[in-house]
Amino acid sequence: MDQENQDDAMSSETVTSSAPDIGVRGILRWAWRQLTSMRIALILLMLLGVAAIPGSLFPQRSQNPQKVDQYFNDYPSLAHWMDKFHLFSVYSSPWFSSIYLLLFISLIGCVLPRTFHHVRAIGKKPPLTPRNLDRMEGFRVIDHAGPEALAVAEKWFKQRRFRVRITEDSISAEKGYGRETGNLLFHLSLILILVGVATGGLIGMKGEAIVNVGERFINTPTSYDTISYGKFQSEGSLVSFSLTATTFKATYNPITQQPTDYVLSTMVSHPIGSAPKPVTIRVNHPLTFGNTKIYLQANGYSPIVTVRDAAGVITFQGPTIFLPQDANLSSLGAIKVPDMTPQIGFIASFLPTASSSPSRGMFSSYPEVLDPKLVLSVWSGDLGLDSGNPQSVYSLNTSKLKKVGLKALTLGSSYTFGSGSITFDGWEPWVNLQIVDDPGKVYALLGAIAAILGLLISLFTRQRRIWIKVSNRVEIAGLAKNGIPGLDTDLDDLQKRIQESISGLPGSRREEE
Amino acid sequence: MSATSLAYFSNNTIYSCLAVFGLAFLAHAIEVSWSVKNLENEKKTEFDFGRTERSGRIGTAMMILGFLLLIVADTTRGFSAGRFPLGNMYEFSITGALTLTGAYLFSLKKYKIRWLGLPVSISVLLTLGTAIMVLYRPSAPLVPALKSPWLAIHVSAAIISGGVFLVANLVAAMYLWMERLELKGDRPAWAIKIPTLDELDQLSYRLIAFVFPLWTFAVIAGAIWAESAWGKYWGWDPKETWAFITWVAYAAYLHARVTVGWRGRRAAWLCIFAGSTFLFNYIYVNIWGTGLHTYSGL
Repeated sequence: MDQENQDDAMSSETVTSSAPDIGVRGILRWAWRQLTSMRIALILLMLLGVAAIPGSLFPQRSQNPQKVDQYFNDYPSLAHWMDKFHLFSVYSSPWFSSIYLLLFISLIGCVLPRTFHHVRAIGKKPPLTPRNLDRMEGFRVIDHAGPEALAVAEKWFKQRRFRVRITEDSISAEKGYGRETGNLLFHLSLILILVGVATGGLIGMKGEAIVNVGERFINTPTSYDTISYGKFQSEGSLVSFSLTATTFKATYNPITQQPTDYVLSTMVSHPIGSAPKPVTIRVNHPLTFGNTKIYLQANGYSPIVTVRDAAGVITFQGPTIFLPQDANLSSLGAIKVPDMTPQIGFIASFLPTASSSPSRGMFSSYPEVLDPKLVLSVWSGDLGLDSGNPQSVYSLNTSKLKKVGLKALTLGSSYTFGSGSITFDGWEPWVNLQIVDDPGKVYALLGAIAAILGLLISLFTRQRRIWIKVSNRVEIAGLAKNGIPGLDTDLDDLQKRIQESISGLPGSRREEE
Repeated sequence: MSATSLAYFSNNTIYSCLAVFGLAFLAHAIEVSWSVKNLENEKKTEFDFGRTERSGRIGTAMMILGFLLLIVADTTRGFSAGRFPLGNMYEFSITGALTLTGAYLFSLKKYKIRWLGLPVSISVLLTLGTAIMVLYRPSAPLVPALKSPWLAIHVSAAIISGGVFLVANLVAAMYLWMERLELKGDRPAWAIKIPTLDELDQLSYRLIAFVFPLWTFAVIAGAIWAESAWGKYWGWDPKETWAFITWVAYAAYLHARVTVGWRGRRAAWLCIFAGSTFLFNYIYVNIWGTGLHTYSGL
């Protein structure tokens, strides 16, 4: 056990097993003492670890909402039941939050009093020399030494920067206050990290937008595909900038087919309307405006088609964003042409390098566009766009549609269906930009750096006390916090120094002869 | 040398490592088994480690040779791919084996832990064996998200911590085993060379206290990197979650030890529990897990 209970608030706050005093104040006091006790803090800490586990086993809404939907489809009743316990959003669930909030309250309740105590202790001298040194660690009696040993010891202590309390017949010395300083710094930094995380959640903003190469993105809420704000963030607070994606280049390793580099070249106006400047955005190299960062997150292809009606009038022309389905960027999407009678829709796959096999049918065998094909099915009827229900732009609601054709188009070729034709003109890459404003992360980072510093200081500082006492004999002994080794080396060294000084005296030299 | 021949050179060096660690294992096995005296009396087996001192020294020499060969294999692998050899599980494994051996040899200089030679050489053999048989991937450049100076910093900090965690686990397991033996009576003769329970207890604590700041740093470096690669510094990705669980488990261990005063068996079990969360993270999340940390099919 700890030898220094009086100094160790964490361990001296022992859990009282006796019944609490009557009255609300008594109960509150008792509860506070329980919460800030080390035992409860430890239990909460372990609970936090255990509570984090389900979030890594079940799909989470914050990471992969599609997988959560899939889970609901596969196990509807189980998923419904699990959702009641927030198992698909563990890290924002009330039970997970309550564990870490309790833990932090416990931490604050423990660390703040300790900090005040420590600050006061720094100005003070070490405690008095205990009466019976022989009960302490490394106790030894130095032969032939007299009161002059005190002066030798004092010099030894000062050289090693011990703080000392000198009395007539003894010196009490202590070193290694950095241990507690580091310890407190570490725990206070954890609070700073939590503040940073909370700040990011309350006054941050995060959004995503898919931008076709060649198009301009203007940073207003309506430009985003998805956008979410912190609880206290106003919607008009977006950074003023616009960005035109000029080129996007993805390079792949021809052997492993894995991407090796993504480079997005842009022209950026910051603020909106200022002269555009060229900026390159890459993975690991986001574009930064203060707390706001713009990340290159994903990419894909938008096939460009022209749709004509039976009279040859163009009813649709341009790129349509398709979503990649696999590593070779087979992409799926829907092209909707409401301005035709009847309305026409296409469900299509864009294959950048088309291949086919009897078992898989048509597929893409390489992520770069080498031999593109557009495989499409044509649907005629009512697209359902006027029904008022929101519809995904990436899929077609075929409930009121009839399939009227199926075709694989090569680049530049056309297909004529009943009431018109479609031409596969080309393609354009698109990029997914993620735009994040997190004002809290600076605090989290500062907290993290301070936490590591505190940890290093606290774990590598040895705190120990050493006493020397002169009565009819000279005694030294010490006490190392948490039984850290090295105290004996110190005591050996001090003893040696005192003995050397004695042997330097004429009297003792004669004795040796 | 071209990248391809460097990669082949690295592969061949790994095979030599297997052979050398095999010899180290043999030498340590001989050290333990041939020191047995009067085999006919089962109850009173005696050991004479004086007889096998030379074998133990050969074991250590082989460990050092294996360590040097692993350094060569690991760096040539890195050069062949033009990056730090930390891109996939094959590379983690050989770097991990390197760290484990390094941690053992480094501690051997300070503490008398040659008795750990047998379990360490077995662990290294198993790690290298699985790396070659199951995890091997040809040397190749990285996907864009991994192209960052943080790769070397974050992953090497994580691997070094992992190596030390595993050594601490071995020591804690040894503690539990020795404690069981001592509860039955005196230690059998073969276990006499193994340090006292108290020393084992202290050693596993010191290893963890030493490496906990490094693990904290690994997690934080990961968060800094995630911020620049994925746009958020903490996303509860399975790997992040388990790194956090490991961190919490070791934090609990340190508190239990330093402030509550846990020693011995309870501390050893907690240490083993914390170490297994690390192993679970390494194996489960890399192989069966989903999330942003799964790259290049292993």
